[in-house]
Amino acid sequence: MPAPSRRAAAAESAPETVRLTGVGFGYADSPEVLRDVNLILPRGSFHFLTGPSGAGKSSLLRLLTLAERPTEGRIGLFGRDVTDINRSAAPALRRRMGVVFQDFRLLDHLDLFENAALPLRLAGRKRAEYAPDVEEMLRWVGLGGRMDARPPSLSGGEKQRLAIARAVMTKPELIIADEPTGSVDKAMADKLLNLFQTLNKLGATVLIASHDEALAEQSGARRLRLDRGRLTGGL
Amino acid sequence: MKANFPGRAPGLLPRDAAGETWLAAVIAVLCFIACLACVGAVAADRAAHGWARQLRAEATVQVRPRVGETGLAAAGRAAETLSSVPGVSEAAVMDRKTAEDLLRPWLGEAVLPDLPLPFLVTVRLDPKAPASTVVLSRALAEAGLDASVDDHALWRGEVERSAGLITALSLAGFLLIACAAAAAIVYATRAGLQAQRGVIETLSLSGATEGYIAGLFQTRFGLLAAGAGASGAVAAALLIAALRALGGPGGLTTALPLAWGDILLLSPCPLLAGTVALVAARIAAQTTLAKGALGGRRSRR
Repeated sequence: MPAPSRRAAAAESAPETVRLTGVGFGYADSPEVLRDVNLILPRGSFHFLTGPSGAGKSSLLRLLTLAERPTEGRIGLFGRDVTDINRSAAPALRRRMGVVFQDFRLLDHLDLFENAALPLRLAGRKRAEYAPDVEEMLRWVGLGGRMDARPPSLSGGEKQRLAIARAVMTKPELIIADEPTGSVDKAMADKLLNLFQTLNKLGATVLIASHDEALAEQSGARRLRLDRGRLTGGL
Repeated sequence: MKANFPGRAPGLLPRDAAGETWLAAVIAVLCFIACLACVGAVAADRAAHGWARQLRAEATVQVRPRVGETGLAAAGRAAETLSSVPGVSEAAVMDRKTAEDLLRPWLGEAVLPDLPLPFLVTVRLDPKAPASTVVLSRALAEAGLDASVDDHALWRGEVERSAGLITALSLAGFLLIACAAAAAIVYATRAGLQAQRGVIETLSLSGATEGYIAGLFQTRFGLLAAGAGASGAVAAALLIAALRALGGPGGLTTALPLAWGDILLLSPCPLLAGTVALVAARIAAQTTLAKGALGGRRSRR
């Protein structure tokens, strides 16, 4: 087996999962959404990103998932500068993340089981291997009895739980969640928060964007605040 | 409990992602036309080669009688002379009635009785080793006959040129139809990529590579085109079989003699349609994904 390169070894031992340096971002012909954002998420940390609607939380998360590129500054992920990353290298990095989208992004033509199993399937895992894990996760989020159902038949809260189940199925190194408890009741919100905390204790870096200040307070996690494109508490 | 575990995983693209039912209908019709163009080209080529072969196997000799000799006597002597030439199967005087029958469609009945007709000898050549014009002319000259030999080279050349042109045109038509099918698939693939933008972004953000996503569309459209190609080929085969059954070996017209074996020519149609679709869908999907239609490309720098 060849010895790992110095660069790969450095990336492996990088103390931070995310590093944003002077990041600015704006959609074409629109005012800047993010300005001079500096942020370090150490490996294994747990952060809540709060701020009013339109503050740029979702845009920041899209930059981290490599769905967008910054107009200014540098982005580092897993110890590697990914600002100008080649398109072909992005999927491998995304497989190290679990993303919960605000609008869930469920595939309506697939049943719950297939939705939850999607990252495992895309990672090339065999169905027979992952099926028990997927079933267990769906049971854990309270969807065990509806595995054959399709997303359109679910309530908002159920969709959210399914989206979270899908995001954490691969036990990712970085979990990014956009308003993951926005559509669930208090009891389920606590349960989901507990899930994120458990995954964090297992080593995952967690970043949750939420306007729920109480939940952020309750989590005990470090809080970042984004207001009109500017981030406070990032360093 | 999951009912279909551990069965086969369902497709990641929704069914009918891009109006595929209509696309399949268009491809089936295009394949149907392409199959007819292909068989038409083969039949036209067969007819032209048949005519050329017939012309090559015959020669016509015009005899000019000498003073004191009747035209029929001179023609009879020429036929006798030519019969003994190696490479000639048969030589016979064309009687006036046969000559009039040939001219009647062109000149009508009225002028034929008064028309001075040339004295002709029809020569059937040995198809394996036909005698050349030079050999025939020499034999006639040695027999003291004033005659000219026409080996139909002019007509044969025209027929062969026409056959080549028809085959080339049919081939060009076939290629145009293939291009039309590819264009329809490219359009449908792009429409599918746009219509399924949300699905594709979800797949992409879940770790799917562009090649994997392009592969989903490639497989979808490849199979769809193969099925549509099979439908078009079967429809064309039924039509050709009906024409062959109605027209017999000569076909409905002598210009398009059909053979049962022509139907076998249609068998690669599904494979060809599938391959064209596969390539077209792959290129369209990769181009669209590379253009950044799925986000991640917006940069002000």
